[in-house]
Amino acid sequence: MSGFKIKQSTYIFAVIFGLIITGAAYRVAVKPKPHPPLIISTTTSLYETGLLDVLKERFEVDYPDTTILFVSQGTGLAIETAKRGDADMIMVHSPGQELGFMESGHGVNRKIIAYNFFIIVGPESDPAGILGMNPIDALLKVQEEGVNRDALWVSRGDNSGTHSKEKSLWKSTGLDLEELKVQPGGDEGRHWYIEAGAGMTATLQLANEKGAYTLTDVATYLKNYGNGNIELVKIVNSGEETLNVYSAILCNPKVNEMTNYVDAEDFLHYLLTDDVQELMAGYGIDEFGSTLFKPWMPELETPGSEFVKWVEEYAYYDGNECPEEFRYQSGDLYG
Amino acid sequence: MSWGTISEGLAEAVRLILSLDPTVISITLRSIETAGFATFLASIIGIPLSLVLTMKNFPGRGTIKFLFNSLVGIPTVTLGLVLYMLLSRTGPLGHLKLLYSVQGMAIGQAMLILPISVTFIVSALESKMGEVNDLARTLGASETQVALAVLRESFNGVSLAIISSFNRAFAELGIATMLGANITDLTRVLTTAIALETNKGQFGLSFALSLILISVVLLMNYLIRVLQGGET
Repeated sequence: MSGFKIKQSTYIFAVIFGLIITGAAYRVAVKPKPHPPLIISTTTSLYETGLLDVLKERFEVDYPDTTILFVSQGTGLAIETAKRGDADMIMVHSPGQELGFMESGHGVNRKIIAYNFFIIVGPESDPAGILGMNPIDALLKVQEEGVNRDALWVSRGDNSGTHSKEKSLWKSTGLDLEELKVQPGGDEGRHWYIEAGAGMTATLQLANEKGAYTLTDVATYLKNYGNGNIELVKIVNSGEETLNVYSAILCNPKVNEMTNYVDAEDFLHYLLTDDVQELMAGYGIDEFGSTLFKPWMPELETPGSEFVKWVEEYAYYDGNECPEEFRYQSGDLYG
Repeated sequence: MSWGTISEGLAEAVRLILSLDPTVISITLRSIETAGFATFLASIIGIPLSLVLTMKNFPGRGTIKFLFNSLVGIPTVTLGLVLYMLLSRTGPLGHLKLLYSVQGMAIGQAMLILPISVTFIVSALESKMGEVNDLARTLGASETQVALAVLRESFNGVSLAIISSFNRAFAELGIATMLGANITDLTRVLTTAIALETNKGQFGLSFALSLILISVVLLMNYLIRVLQGGET
């Protein structure tokens, strides 16, 4: 029994520590919340390139009363976030899921803003021998070599835009994806089709470790390749089948009355201005050594071109980027 | 990857700390503030609650202690998910506007660490309860005086419980991600920044941020050692 005495220095430390915690508590408690911010849930491949932070900075100069907050998620999750009312606008890349978002009544006024191409990457030795093939033949060959020999495929498996593109490519091959998932591979009988259930960087890492092929967006690939994180090389290049189209969709103010529709509309118009479209065209050259996103608006100057037809085929619904029933006070948005 | 990434990470950490990089400083301060607020909340609830659990005998006391003990290991994503559904704009508590805010994150972290605080504080109090109680009562102390005496005697254990809770809140990722969503200049804290940089494949920067996080934890633990008057 030492009595109730505690050293004086201990009390001093206790008081100091108490003050730090109380001070922190006070600062957090009184911290003002920006009001009302424009919340945009967006696909990781757009956000992680840094492009959106540049756009935010510029937009907030022109519209000083608006604060933009980006919530970076996979396309599937970004749409769910918006459906719950936790975002005012989405920027994503999965035409099928986007249509579902609008059909559910949550999304209005879709505009295509940019595009690029997915690529298939794999080990330099190219075990399936698919170098330079078109994507569909390449996938068929990977499956064949996967079952018979030692080729491997890694899928994102996370319901992202890239994952949904991959699924649609497999669908085009005529193979049944559910069957592929359980097919034993030729290499020691393990599955040749591997689901990562992870983001793009983690998926690329996994493919790199396993010497497997995978579908990736160009930006994430270039970043990881440039950093020396992966040694995978580009095996199958761009083509109609690997088109990747980014769109913006506003949340329907009739469904969620709390949505910040006014600012979202301003930002949508801003994305389509010549300034922003030009900025996109040049973005990433310094850091990645290549453009990352190609602006969509300039393509519309040549409406009949083969490329515009690809986009119409892939990312339009019945010949329209946003059918009448999904428009809301769209004004001159659709010309 | 090779040793290169790790040594680059170390060099980057030193550079970020020495250059007082404003972004890193603001992220680190936000982490400390959020976890600090969480610790404050957990302490003002946890200490009185623990005293009651130690000194009072009432039906259900064992069950409450059991529940708190069990919740020590709750996965942060699970708690984050439940709170997200509650705080979502269309959720039952959406009108509080706590989603995507540091306040919301701090409250979530407070709920995460309350079981840790209570479990460890109760255990510290109980270890001193017997001797102090007998002596104090002999001296004719009131209930409140006994409580204060027990608390004072278990100072080391209680402070360790609180600092451990702080560390847990400071180093957790799930709640910060689900409730804060890692928004630049608003809810980005060390752990979510580390996750983002890892997703981007920036392992060097990610590692550097991790080292900063660990440094703060080490500093806190050093502080508590000094505070307890132990050998330093």
